[in-house]
Amino acid sequence: MSAPSRALPLGGLAQWVLPVGLIIAWEAAARFGFMSSRVLPPPSAVVIAGWKLALTGELWVNIAVSFLRAVTGLAIGGTFGFVLGLVNGLSRNFEVATDTLLQMVRNVPHLALIPLVILWFGIEETAKIFLVVLGVFFPIYINTLHGIKTIDPHLIEMGRTYGMTNRELFWRVILPGALPSIFVGLRYALGFMWLTLIVAETIAASSGIGYMAMQAREFLLVDVVVLSILIYALLGKLADSTARLLERVCLNWHPAYQSRQACGRE
Amino acid sequence: MTASALDAARATPEYWSAAARKDVADPPSGLNVTIRKLEKSYGQNVVLKGVDLHIPAGQFVAIVGKSGCGKSTLLRLLVGLEKPSAGDFWYGTGPEDRHDESAIRVMFQEPRLLPWARVLPNVEVGLGRERSLKGARERALATLHKVGLGDRRSEWPSVLSGGQKQRVALARALVSRPRVLAFDEPLGALDALTRISMQRLLEQVWRDQGFTALLVTHDVAEAVTLADRVLMIEDGRITLDLRVDIPRPRQRGAAEVAALEGRILEALFRNARVGDDA
Repeated sequence: MSAPSRALPLGGLAQWVLPVGLIIAWEAAARFGFMSSRVLPPPSAVVIAGWKLALTGELWVNIAVSFLRAVTGLAIGGTFGFVLGLVNGLSRNFEVATDTLLQMVRNVPHLALIPLVILWFGIEETAKIFLVVLGVFFPIYINTLHGIKTIDPHLIEMGRTYGMTNRELFWRVILPGALPSIFVGLRYALGFMWLTLIVAETIAASSGIGYMAMQAREFLLVDVVVLSILIYALLGKLADSTARLLERVCLNWHPAYQSRQACGRE
Repeated sequence: MTASALDAARATPEYWSAAARKDVADPPSGLNVTIRKLEKSYGQNVVLKGVDLHIPAGQFVAIVGKSGCGKSTLLRLLVGLEKPSAGDFWYGTGPEDRHDESAIRVMFQEPRLLPWARVLPNVEVGLGRERSLKGARERALATLHKVGLGDRRSEWPSVLSGGQKQRVALARALVSRPRVLAFDEPLGALDALTRISMQRLLEQVWRDQGFTALLVTHDVAEAVTLADRVLMIEDGRITLDLRVDIPRPRQRGAAEVAALEGRILEALFRNARVGDDA
């Protein structure tokens, strides 16, 4: 994973001090017998387990399967959330028509639907993607709507006095103005995406990282269970870093991102 | 043409009739503004109670009044941000005289720059539909140089000072070479020194471009320093219409300026005497 900023070479390393330190302490605790390897195997054992699974190819298949599910769910749910957020933000009538229903659905924890989803779709791909779609839809919908609703009306008035058409107003004023909020939604959605996928794969799956962890549990392979958890952690971090990078590229006008660069050499 | 020669030319009717015929792009000139029995009310609240006014092309008119008197509402009606409840107004020769929307521009108290666009693209917003034409960027850059910010063209608005942001907003308003430029307390949020330099800049661009200027302000000294004519609005009506004949450039704090300022302030605070000068 890349350091967050070129201006911060030390800061880039500094963020890894704690995780690496923790791993060293963990290894030491396991080596010197403070901790049973049945409870928590040493990191070296986890690495070896990962290496073996990587050689057989099983690891890559499972990572690819999980990744694909996550991305598909995010793409579908994110698109729906974004489009509905836009439509409801731009049209009061649409909002009145749909918001009550959406708020009702939002208050049902989507993981509570798992039994129903299994009844509907079995344990095939559709079930897991459906759950991810539900998980990512609401954070993106709500934050897109919020972003559009909170655009400075002065800017919209300015755009109109300068003869912007509705289309120009959308692309030059409304969408860029809503973008910071949309990114907040995206980062929440990424969190929900992994959470949903982990739960769905652990309960009902025949492939994927969650499935790999559950299989390992059956055979008491604690190292593979820990490996699966670590892979989730890394994938989550990867997704978050990607979102941050996008944020920094798209919101480089925002004072919050400028001041971070300006203060980088402190 | 020197500034004083321009002023002399402006005083003749031939200058105005010739100017009124000219095309917007070459070189732009002011438009007459005529207002007939203009009224505006929001529900029960009557803000403007029948305003009649004729502003000759190229005149610099300042509109003063206490807050809530309707001066900003008048300006918002004139630039099309609000619809009148009754009455009518037009630019140029008559109600049938049509103008491109870029002929009328407004500058607000807040700069209202797009935070996600750099300084030059913000100025380009002012070109409206002409933005896609060839040479648009050069025009925007030339205007930006005119307000003294050519070297800041690729900055984000957030790093500029309040006065600089307002100068970018001025460039955006000027870039389409408007024939009427309305200012809604554009210097209200600036510190005293920045205000003075902005006032000089406003006067200079007005002299250069010859647009009709409508300045709403609560600063009577500013009105007297800049305007050819000061209007006072009280309770939805024009209660004072004063010519300012002090030669330009006017010195802030000069005796004639101060005397006139005193006279307007006196009228503002003595409701019983309203209308004497109208």
